[in-house]
Amino acid sequence: MKKSHTLALYADMDEAANALRELKSSGMSGFRMEDVVVKSPIDHPELSELLGPRPVYIQWFTLLGVLLGPTTGLVLIASAQASFIYQVRGGRPVVPLPPDMVLTYELFILSGVLMTVLATFVAMKLPGNRSPLYNASVSEDKIGILVKADPQSIPQINEILGRHKPLEIMGDQAR
Amino acid sequence: MSHSVHSHPQLDVQVERKFIPKQKDLGADVTWAKINKDVLKSLEKPRPVFWVIFFSALALFSFGVYCEVYQYQNGMGVADLNNPQVWGLYIATFIFWIGMGHSGTLLSALLHIIHADWRKPIYRYSEAMTTFTLLTAALFVLVHMGRLWQFYYVVAYPNERWTWPNFTSPLVWDATAIGTYLTSSLLFLYMGMIPDLAICRDNARGARRALYRFLSMGWQGTDRQWANFKVAYMTMACFLMPLAVSVHSIVSTDFAVSQNPGWHVTSFPPYFVLGALYSGCSGIITLFIVLRYVFRFEAYMTQPILNKLIKMTFAIAMVWTYLDLIEYATTWYGSDEVAKADLIYRATGDYALQFWGMIFCAMVMPFTLLIRFVRHNYVVLLIISLILNVGMWLERFQIITPTFAKSHYPWTWTAGWWPSWVQWGIVAGSFGWFTMLFMLYCKIFPSVSMYEVKEMVHEQNMEEKALAAQTDVHEAGLVPEMKGGQA
Repeated sequence: MKKSHTLALYADMDEAANALRELKSSGMSGFRMEDVVVKSPIDHPELSELLGPRPVYIQWFTLLGVLLGPTTGLVLIASAQASFIYQVRGGRPVVPLPPDMVLTYELFILSGVLMTVLATFVAMKLPGNRSPLYNASVSEDKIGILVKADPQSIPQINEILGRHKPLEIMGDQAR
Repeated sequence: MSHSVHSHPQLDVQVERKFIPKQKDLGADVTWAKINKDVLKSLEKPRPVFWVIFFSALALFSFGVYCEVYQYQNGMGVADLNNPQVWGLYIATFIFWIGMGHSGTLLSALLHIIHADWRKPIYRYSEAMTTFTLLTAALFVLVHMGRLWQFYYVVAYPNERWTWPNFTSPLVWDATAIGTYLTSSLLFLYMGMIPDLAICRDNARGARRALYRFLSMGWQGTDRQWANFKVAYMTMACFLMPLAVSVHSIVSTDFAVSQNPGWHVTSFPPYFVLGALYSGCSGIITLFIVLRYVFRFEAYMTQPILNKLIKMTFAIAMVWTYLDLIEYATTWYGSDEVAKADLIYRATGDYALQFWGMIFCAMVMPFTLLIRFVRHNYVVLLIISLILNVGMWLERFQIITPTFAKSHYPWTWTAGWWPSWVQWGIVAGSFGWFTMLFMLYCKIFPSVSMYEVKEMVHEQNMEEKALAAQTDVHEAGLVPEMKGGQA
């Protein structure tokens, strides 16, 4: 079934929290709490708690980066040193590990950072298009609650959202 | 200050409670909407002195470019660089600029990790300072080579001759470390700016709007985006701290792994890192005062925040002073006679003025920060912050030049060597280049983090609410003031 969206804007965080609480406890069919999105100018852990678990997986990609980066780096450096056939090392090792650790360490950091950034953009779905129900005031000082639901549930959802002094409720066409 | 007197029924004593309000980092009149308005206004209408600074920097940079072109066409001879004086001002200034960048990371990464909220209004420009100082420092790697077209020899790439850079050379470590630091700092700066770029996008018009729309990449401030953003930002901060330490440690190995007198010192890596933090903190104070005035950030760059910054700078200055003195002590009481002679030469020879200038500017002048008048008078503080950095530049100069001037072999001595005007011109040009880039950045991008200052305001409001609720409960007599002898 095609879903519809509705966005309510609140000036007060407590009212927004109350609206979320009521939505959660309503037991309505036609929408899931996972489909409720809070848009705000800052991170609000208080509101995020009401939305339920929103797991973050970035750290696993970071771990992958810090494992792959130095390993690949050390292999590349060591193989480059080993293939430099014209060198005269005077009895010293062709692949000297202690000094190679410096570059390995830098690659450990670099790959960790790069993987973190890459994973973040994927997790944040960036670059992406803004939702048609985006309102610029959520980047200033308002809190928006965006609900995706079956079209027939939207009036009831709007009623709940409307009970908590929203500044505005906006909707879109069914899609 | 409000007073209230409470009597305790059991102990029969009167306890006078004094509520001393904590000095807040931001004024009570700062609201979320005001933050947007003020910061966005700074992108459009700075004070006219902005253009004076910008065009002065452009003129200085142009002179530097002229000097570099002159050196490129006539060879390194015009810079008076030759054996043994192969580095001159170029590497001294390279270290200076690398060092300047470190405090940006300290403010943005370390203070973020330990949740020191006072950093929030000032960390963005500090991070930008890090990025632009690294870009400036990287120029000197190229400039001092002379043969610019051969810079790629430090980059590891497969080529038909099967030759590779010497991976065990500190100069290759330098290139890799600086490349890593620049990439990471740039990404850290950009990541932290995304929510603010979205604010700019929502309020700008024309070409600026297109730029902000492209850079904000469709950020909407959803709870999922914030959750991921917070984790990523903290993770990157954790990477940046050890990276910053490693970069300047590696720069110090350019010296410490060599046999030159005055350089072969075990304490060089921490000494360099602390020196970097010290000059960076002084730089942040300078830019704090400049930006506060030029962009009208009086409401965000406040005296309590400046006080904390000054305290941090003073503490770092004292640790650096200790490390500097311990370096002299180990040389003096050590068994390396050439190093000892080098130390005496620094203090009494051709570069004594620079040596004692460094001692005065970087070791004595920090004590003026203890004077309240200095901390509260922005003109005086600006001058002192500049003097501290002159001291730190002199420190780098006198690490390099005296050692090259009188090293192990008398036939290589170049006592009294002095850099040519070309070197001075390029050094001056680097200051122009940095200032120009930095001012341009502040004119295009928000130099105060809007969303983080909003967080500060939000937290201050929550604290006030909690305090008010607590006071109400106490005044209503719902909670006993003292119980069993404990408050």
